[in-house]
Amino acid sequence: MYRYDQYDQTLVDERVAQFREQTRRYLAGTLSDEEFKALRLRNGLYLQRHAPMLRVAIPYGVLSSGQLCMLAHIARKYDKGFGHFSTRQNIQFNWPKLERVPDILEKLATVQMHAIQTSGNCVRNVTADHLAGVAEDEIEDPRPYCEIIRQWSTLHPEFSYLPRKFKIAVTGASKDRAAVQVHDIGLYLVRRTSGEIGFKVLVGGGQGRTPCIGVCIREFLEKRDLLSYLESILRVYNRFGRRDNIHKARIKILVKALGRDAFTELVEKDWKYTRPELTLDEEEIERVSAFFRLPYGPVTRPGDDGNRRLEAETDKPFALWQKRNLAGHKVAGYRIVYVSLKAPGAPPGDATHEQMDAVADLADRYSHGEIRVTHDQNLVLAHVRETDLYALWRRLRECALATPNIGLLTDMICCPGLDYCSLANAGSIPIAHQINKRFDDLDYLHDLGELRVKMSGCMNACGHHHVGHIGILGVDKKGKEFYQITLGGDASNEAALGDRLGRAIEKSRVADTIGRLLEIYVDRRHEGERFIDTYRRIGMKPFRIGVYGEA
Amino acid sequence: MRVIRNERIIDDGWRLLQEPPQTADELPQGPVIVPLAWWQERRTMLAARVDPIGVRIGGGDPLEEIAADLKSLPLVALEFEKFSDGRSFSHARMLRRDYGYRGELRAVGDVLPDQLFFMRRCGIDSFQLDGDRDPEEALHALKEISVTYQSAADGATPVYRLRHSSLSA
Repeated sequence: MYRYDQYDQTLVDERVAQFREQTRRYLAGTLSDEEFKALRLRNGLYLQRHAPMLRVAIPYGVLSSGQLCMLAHIARKYDKGFGHFSTRQNIQFNWPKLERVPDILEKLATVQMHAIQTSGNCVRNVTADHLAGVAEDEIEDPRPYCEIIRQWSTLHPEFSYLPRKFKIAVTGASKDRAAVQVHDIGLYLVRRTSGEIGFKVLVGGGQGRTPCIGVCIREFLEKRDLLSYLESILRVYNRFGRRDNIHKARIKILVKALGRDAFTELVEKDWKYTRPELTLDEEEIERVSAFFRLPYGPVTRPGDDGNRRLEAETDKPFALWQKRNLAGHKVAGYRIVYVSLKAPGAPPGDATHEQMDAVADLADRYSHGEIRVTHDQNLVLAHVRETDLYALWRRLRECALATPNIGLLTDMICCPGLDYCSLANAGSIPIAHQINKRFDDLDYLHDLGELRVKMSGCMNACGHHHVGHIGILGVDKKGKEFYQITLGGDASNEAALGDRLGRAIEKSRVADTIGRLLEIYVDRRHEGERFIDTYRRIGMKPFRIGVYGEA
Repeated sequence: MRVIRNERIIDDGWRLLQEPPQTADELPQGPVIVPLAWWQERRTMLAARVDPIGVRIGGGDPLEEIAADLKSLPLVALEFEKFSDGRSFSHARMLRRDYGYRGELRAVGDVLPDQLFFMRRCGIDSFQLDGDRDPEEALHALKEISVTYQSAADGATPVYRLRHSSLSA
């Protein structure tokens, strides 16, 4: 993974000192609430329901074991012993004290981490495919470009006071695991017929209260032009994005208002000036790419694991875990392991400090000291020898990190909701518990197969409900929590926004309603069809009748 | 007006007229900054004026249409209506780069000390600070960050160039 050089480290250290000074001025009363808000947000610090919330950047979701140990330490020392991994591959701490935040940032800086631009109206953490560099279906590793974009966007002088937040996602795989089409800018690494690799550029995707699928404004962008093109898009947005209404300020609204062609024309016009002065040098791509090369090759002589294999064959839970929680690795002899943060009874995406330490230790032992965070709030150990799987699984199981449910109903995306977030209208975590209680039969879950349930406690859609096969949105009705259900959303290559099932459902009936939807699915599915496939084939009507008794 | 320029606090005699008089003749003596619309309406009448005149443009003003006219002015004031409104950052960049503006660019309005670093990088030379803001704090804020990842209008060498020049050296 990428390691800081003197420049990267200096910037992060200076930033800590700067924030310490800003916090001092605020506590001394020389910085107003509003001014401090604009500054603290740029360091990921929100003032929330119970306490400040600090969001720490995990650039494109990649962590070293040492960094994860530091996150465990922070959870232990400055928080209540746990952290919440978010859909933007970041981690959030819900209980730090404001006056200790500069100390936390200082500690993070010692392991090359920061909270820069994890909130505020600026370019946020760049996200990527969590299987980058190891996926079988990859054209090229997106992480070097993510790191280059991270540096370019850090303290960008022109784009630090945008109309609204700005999210960029990149993937190099043919299968989209990074929800690229619902980002302000989505980048796909693509290969031209000539063999040259570059980027397909989408803009104007997003979730929130006006969900949109991004539109393509350039089929092929040469690598050398990556930053100049991003700069031109951002400049057009900074100048013309709406600033009069926070709910209409994202770039998707501008793209819709102007239309794709007019928007593209503005970008290309600016690009004439920007392109010649901002070229991404081959040398810099090469320097950054070198950090991401795999430090191993194919296993030519499989180790002697006869005993382990025997154990594995007779161990049914292990077989089940292998079926759900592994992915194919591009190098022979290796597998990718999903570490489920969706154990029944635990808030989705949360990890305790003991779990973080344990995963860091396992990463050191079995996965080259590296951990990834997925946008659906699990962890990944991406470099595991097949011969180590059994030992790894046993240890994960001891830590409640081996629930064999990746991609299944209980692998829900879930925002912090009313329990923590001051924006939420309704709880998310209690609904996750309700669903886990109702669907505790593993055989049934496995029989249902891939099912993406995504849940947000308000229309800001942090829980990606628009793109859930089943989406759940918490709404407030006269002070009571209700839930709006959508069907047919999809964050993958066939990106789609869910359709509303019908009127919102009361809190106690959410899991039962999902149960009803699944009965209809099981009844109507064809062989091998996932829930989303059946929905696409038979449409909303049967589901609506099943739940409300009328169409 | 009291501004920060070249990392010093100075009072350089420019006056920002929020509501200038009706006619060009009534303008006070000395260097003054007037709003864009006022200036556009009275440009021809200002030809005889000896004292320097600057124009204030807002984030929503159509830069493409006016940039050529601004070229001869000794000073353009870029208005930050609210500190959170970042449009004038782009105006500064474009005036310097696309339109070759060589005069002074001055940030006026709701200018936050912590923004000066970004403003200077975008090509802004001087910064008006509200009366109740501590200029020393602003001067300090200018020096807090020494690393620049991007090339911008201030001529600072971006990190990616530093890296590769040190590799080849």
